[in-house]
Amino acid sequence: MSTPIDVPAPTEAPVDAPAATEATAPADAPASATDVMVEIRSVHKSFGALEVLRGIDLSVRAGEVTVVLGPSGSGKSTLLRTINHLEKVDQGWISVDGTLVGYRRSGNKLYELREREVLRQRTRIGFVFQNFNLFPHLTVLENIIEAPVAALGRPRKEAVAAAEALLARVGLADKSGAYPKQLSGGQQQRVAIARALALEPKLLLFDEPTSALDPELVGEVLDVIKDLAHQGTTMIVVTHEIGFAREVADTVVFMDQGRIVEQGPPADVLDRPVQERTRAFLSKVL
Amino acid sequence: MSLTSDPPLAPPDEETERTTPHDGSDLSELTVVPVRHPWRWVAVAVTAVLLAQFLNGLITNPGWEWDVFARFFTTETILKAVWVTLQLTFYGTVLGFALGIVLAFMRLSASPFLRAVAYGYIWAFRSIPLIVQLLFWFNLAYLYKELQFGIPFGPGFLTFDTMNLVGAMSAAVLGLALHQAAYAAEIVRGGVLAVDSGQLEAAAALGIPRLRQLRRVVLPQAMRSILPNAANEIISLFKGTSIVSVMAIGELFYQVQVVYGRNGRVVPLLMVATVWYILLTTVLSVLQHYVERHYAKGAVR
Ligand SMILES: Nc1ncnc2c1ncn2[C@@H]1O[C@H](COP(=O)(O)OP(=O)(O)O)[C@@H](O)[C@H]1O
Ligand SMILES: [Mg+2]
Repeated sequence: MSTPIDVPAPTEAPVDAPAATEATAPADAPASATDVMVEIRSVHKSFGALEVLRGIDLSVRAGEVTVVLGPSGSGKSTLLRTINHLEKVDQGWISVDGTLVGYRRSGNKLYELREREVLRQRTRIGFVFQNFNLFPHLTVLENIIEAPVAALGRPRKEAVAAAEALLARVGLADKSGAYPKQLSGGQQQRVAIARALALEPKLLLFDEPTSALDPELVGEVLDVIKDLAHQGTTMIVVTHEIGFAREVADTVVFMDQGRIVEQGPPADVLDRPVQERTRAFLSKVL
Repeated sequence: MSLTSDPPLAPPDEETERTTPHDGSDLSELTVVPVRHPWRWVAVAVTAVLLAQFLNGLITNPGWEWDVFARFFTTETILKAVWVTLQLTFYGTVLGFALGIVLAFMRLSASPFLRAVAYGYIWAFRSIPLIVQLLFWFNLAYLYKELQFGIPFGPGFLTFDTMNLVGAMSAAVLGLALHQAAYAAEIVRGGVLAVDSGQLEAAAALGIPRLRQLRRVVLPQAMRSILPNAANEIISLFKGTSIVSVMAIGELFYQVQVVYGRNGRVVPLLMVATVWYILLTTVLSVLQHYVERHYAKGAVR
């Protein structure tokens, strides 16, 4: 099945470097002048016999919001998870802010990073889950300062001050002592966003941040995300909220069956889709 | 207050009409007559009579020999024996759970070899009756030296001397701990599996170091399901120490047997042991309550 923007067949990965492909993989150099924040090149990923990502190419520029749409099972979550190495790619490579994710390049080889180094990399990438995944036995404040203290070694006092500022920013200044289960879904997701922001990440990834919410709570979470977008945070957002995509996205990406079928500005992809599959999908969700 | 049923179709007779919810009166003013449970009262009465009879028997039946009980309950021999029992329980629990935690994470590890070894251990030690295992260790204590160097335990346990009590104690602690570890491993593993996988994922996504993920995120949540089972195990180990009497170690049950072997007052001395076991189990249960409450933080209703 071929579409106009299908990627060329991926090159074979060398035996000693499972994620290697073309010689264009970047060295671990600082971000180039092109201000590309995320670069994804011919990424493939299979779970057993099921090929979930079939050659993904995507660039996200710093300060831009990319919204990923697509039917359930098309590989959106898997793609997001490969970006912070929660999933390892089988082929291809991903770089964030000029640094290869999960590997270090040396000469012709890619060396897999140790877990500690991977964890270190993840502190630059915030991830917001569909189900919040707040730590239920910790208070809101403890949830937020955990990573800055444990992963970045920030002094607790400093982390607390920063956390309180973040809570104010997501409109929950009075909830710092509450436990997650005492909050509504919308409030929990806002805490989760504050928790991701506490690491001052270069990039925020959202995996259907409003899909687990009651309809009346969707707005408050989207408002927080819109705020971040207007402040120039680089984000990739998987969502089914077409209105949100139209309002804040710089780029809309439509995925189906492990491929990017179509991408472009929202006005093009949402209102004048070229691909039949995009049209079919949009007619269902709109 | 929610009211049921549609209005009656046929015009109701006078009797019911006055009590129909639709007669316009304010129902919240009416007196509520609760349902009566006569059979419950019968059951209570029967139980109370039986209980009274039992207590009466305990007090008045001279066979219990409460004076003998009182004389021996706090004698030095018995107190020392209680202390030995507590020590066996403590070391058995601490070492058993320490090894159990290691085994649990081996069973959860990605390495098939570690998984197989842990599984083999659990399989073996759950299959061997504790008493058989204890006798085995007790007799090994007579062979030993080379063997002891092979056992990676603290130095206190490496100084077996087969002829004195410490040697037998060490064998007993070892036996209890190894037995306990097999069960503890499964309890800990169950607790870890009960924690939502999204928790570890969130911790990993935040870049929290691996050990800290386990200590700060997984274990406190796992404790909620570990604790009730662990408390069962500790209490059962506490009483299980009486099995150690086969090794002639002066724990509570052994010592009681020694005393009634001398003076023939079997029943009151068994009662001495019983009351001590009950008392200390109660203390453990109270502790359990508070520890569980600590780990229930953040769980709403
Ligand atoms: N860990 C996994 N193991 C096996 N299959 C998986 C795993 N994660 C996702 N999948 C499968 O991969 C496909 C794509 O999943 P996902 O990326 O979650 O899609 P989406 O987020 O677009 O709904 C689905 O068929 C899903 O069942
Ligand atoms: Mg998904």
